Amino acid sequence: MSPRPGYVLEVDRSTPPTLFWHGEGYRLERLPVGSRVLYAPEPLAGLADPVSAIRHALDHPLGDSQPLHSLLFPGMRLTIAFDDVSLPLPPMRRPDLRQLVIEEVLDQAAAAGVDDVVLVAALALHRRMTEAELRHALGDRVYDAFAPHGLLTQHDAEDPGALEHLGTTELGEDVEINRRAATSDLLVYVNINLVAMDGGHKSVATGLASYRSLRHHHNPETMRHSRSFMDQHHSELHSSNWRMGRLIADSGVKIFQIETTLDNDAFPEQFRFLQRREWEWRLADRAAFVASSAALAHTPPRLARSVLHSIAAPYRMTSVQAGEVEAVHQVTTEHVHAQQLVTVDGQSDVLTMGLPYICPYNVGSIMNPVLVACLGLGYFFNLYRGRPLVRQGGVLILSHPTTPDFHPGHHPSYIDFFEEILAETTDPTEVAKYEEGFATDPWYIHLYRTGHAYHGVHPFYMWYWCAHALEHLGAVIVVGGHRPTVRRLGFRPASTLADALEMAADVVGPSPSITHLHAPPLMLADVQ
Amino acid sequence: MKALLFERAPARFAAARITAAVRGSGTGATHGPLRLAEVHPPELPGDEWIRVRPTLAGICGSDLATVDGASSRYFEELVSFPFVPGHEVVGTVTEPPAGARSANEAGGSGARSANGAAVTAGSTLAAGDRVVIEPVIGCVPRGIDPPCSACATGHTGSCQHVAFGHLAPGLQIGYCCDTGGGWSTAGLVAHVTQIHLVPPALSDEDAVMVEPTACAVHGALAGAIEPQHQVAVVGAGTLGLAVVAAVRQLSPPSRLLVGAKYPHQQAWAAELGADQVVAADQLDRAVRRSTRSLRSARHDTAGADVVVDCVGTAQSLARSLALVRPRGRVVLLGMPGRVSLDLAGLWHREIALVGAYAYGVEAVRGAVARRTFDLAFEVVAAARLGRLVSARYPLDRYSEALAHAGSAGRRGAVKVVFDLCARSPLPAPGSRPTPPPRTAVRPGHSPASQRKGPSR
Repeated sequence: MSPRPGYVLEVDRSTPPTLFWHGEGYRLERLPVGSRVLYAPEPLAGLADPVSAIRHALDHPLGDSQPLHSLLFPGMRLTIAFDDVSLPLPPMRRPDLRQLVIEEVLDQAAAAGVDDVVLVAALALHRRMTEAELRHALGDRVYDAFAPHGLLTQHDAEDPGALEHLGTTELGEDVEINRRAATSDLLVYVNINLVAMDGGHKSVATGLASYRSLRHHHNPETMRHSRSFMDQHHSELHSSNWRMGRLIADSGVKIFQIETTLDNDAFPEQFRFLQRREWEWRLADRAAFVASSAALAHTPPRLARSVLHSIAAPYRMTSVQAGEVEAVHQVTTEHVHAQQLVTVDGQSDVLTMGLPYICPYNVGSIMNPVLVACLGLGYFFNLYRGRPLVRQGGVLILSHPTTPDFHPGHHPSYIDFFEEILAETTDPTEVAKYEEGFATDPWYIHLYRTGHAYHGVHPFYMWYWCAHALEHLGAVIVVGGHRPTVRRLGFRPASTLADALEMAADVVGPSPSITHLHAPPLMLADVQ
Repeated sequence: MKALLFERAPARFAAARITAAVRGSGTGATHGPLRLAEVHPPELPGDEWIRVRPTLAGICGSDLATVDGASSRYFEELVSFPFVPGHEVVGTVTEPPAGARSANEAGGSGARSANGAAVTAGSTLAAGDRVVIEPVIGCVPRGIDPPCSACATGHTGSCQHVAFGHLAPGLQIGYCCDTGGGWSTAGLVAHVTQIHLVPPALSDEDAVMVEPTACAVHGALAGAIEPQHQVAVVGAGTLGLAVVAAVRQLSPPSRLLVGAKYPHQQAWAAELGADQVVAADQLDRAVRRSTRSLRSARHDTAGADVVVDCVGTAQSLARSLALVRPRGRVVLLGMPGRVSLDLAGLWHREIALVGAYAYGVEAVRGAVARRTFDLAFEVVAAARLGRLVSARYPLDRYSEALAHAGSAGRRGAVKVVFDLCARSPLPAPGSRPTPPPRTAVRPGHSPASQRKGPSR
């Protein structure tokens, strides 16, 4: 039986309660009759033989690229860059797609007699990956072959000696990327394209860039004009990256792009109910929900976090394509759409969503309040093509505990951002005035370069991700959130969903239309 | 006439200590050596002494430590029992000696009104004059002539003869059995050099804040703050807030950061001139950010140039030492007791740890030295520090008053005082001034009222 497409349920009296994620837990909530619930398409069939598919993609590149093996020659400098720990979410079971792809690339390089090979984790301003994370992403064989010799590196956006300024775009944007990548005979970039935003020129132009370069598109103005990030053709974020990517190509950097797509089978069997439609829950699903939600509710947050972050998604690869960046990305985007697009008829007054325990920036870490805002207003709000799921001036209702907990090792500048900047203003444009002080703070730079800290400027970027939603929405309400923290974010706290809907009615009027985004699994709403 | 009398009673002292430990600061009075007693006015020790009837008398942190049996044994020989506490006093002259001149005139600088104009008080003190007591009992009141080197140069707070002379031992009025103290309707006696006329423009609430503000002025100036300095103030009770006002007015630095535990303290600190106010446990973070410091060995590698510790506990001292830059200065203003502290950082980073007690004369950034009290009058008037008086209690409700003072922060109060003129139960003593709006937090930051941002 072929997988079912996405579905828009209209809630009626017989509809069972709907699952809402609530941080490190989940709840069942009753939505008013007439509400819409968006369900992602069921997982597409994975490729039966991923390794063969990879090999085929490398040998049959898209665009004007030659096959990989013909680009390899003895004595060349080969750099293989790969997506970092932020992808995919949740982390996938071994073997990770990056391992499968890189092993194949390395086999071809070895066959061609290439012995100057360096791997680079494309961190941009993210935290450095741990050894365990690198082993998970690359496999032990690759890790053990490269890491001990210093050939497995992590991009350092603050090492002036390891950056190359390639020029400025026609709009004056600095393009500065990893020197090893820029000066190699060939740069192979290995992507995991979890959502439509990932990949394309963004891989190199963002993943291997410096702050000097990133600031041109990671700012409130660009973010406000990215509608949405998931729609490359209406995203200023992508336009900027594309300009930079073309400059990178024009400056002589030869890139062989490899992109992979996944199905949306995000949870293993014991948590499969999280992605099933509630009216189809079997007895085992109900039992799993009751048992796991009760257990999580009575588990200390740290332990609950540990349990949930140990979940490995049984993702399977649905496509792999290689070659010239833009040609590859076009096909990749089609595959992502095939898995994630859900057609939705019109906007609603209110959009509800339960936010889970994980986002791209807290893998193995704490979802702090700034990340809560970013996941809700930056990521989930932008899971649309065409128009936002909620109308201009509408209300976004999030469900999350929003406790003021931060990981001091991963997110040191977030603490200062929360205490110092958000206490002053939540307006992204005003916030941006303080950016440089954080971006150049020597302590944050030290922690980014030597520890496992996100760059000092990163919380600003998280807030900028929210800029479009903040401009669009009439109000943001957080159900079950820590009240002072919710207020610090500039949002309104509500005890229950019913309270939140009542508060929303004050903004959008009585009997509002309501849409619930039942994610994860991720989807992309094609709002007609 | 009644007064609160503190007697030497070791068993009750221990009981106070236990009670305070169990029930919180200020509660030691219920079982301790403090009691309300019928007393006679103290005798005048000499010709140049006058009688003062207190109007308002503040409750200070050192008073609470005494009442709670928590003060250091260091002071045992520097006080004399039984004594009437109360050294933050505004009152009226009831019996002046003929021809007596106030300390304002004796010091040659004169008190100043709230608008900064000099007050030309009469050349003699008269019955009914409103005065503030400068309570330190130095060589002159003790009849010691020649005075010690400290008193000779005006630094009466550093007098080493507080246990000598014709008076019983006592650091200050309020700790000496011969002088009485402010917590009394029987009045106290003070030497004319300890008297400051109160300008008419100052309210009694303002006036009762002069003594703690003088301590704050002394502490602030002990920091030798330069215009380019970054200064951190640890603690924002009465003393901390007065330090903020004093630093802002007398030696403004490039940036003044304050760690305040309670929201109303944070609001006051901002109102009084702090550039950045943060929760007490966030001060380390804020100073590191402000000084763009690295961190090493649990210290900022840079840090604040000057830290004023207005708390005086082991924790606050440890925090202060961690906040200050190498070769910087920590001013210990809050009264400490016995503390256990790792001083490796102080040694390695060559930090100057400076005690700041009481007052004397001060040279502000190289200007001509002036009496600390004169500067304090100006600070009080300019900042209208009388606003910090949160509650007034009659003497017979001393247990409530002390408990209120001991939990002032939690209860949204700053300064709690005794009202020695009150005859009947006063309005609800918990009433307090409304915390001021936070008008300015840092240069370059928008005032709250002008903040732009989505209203969500």
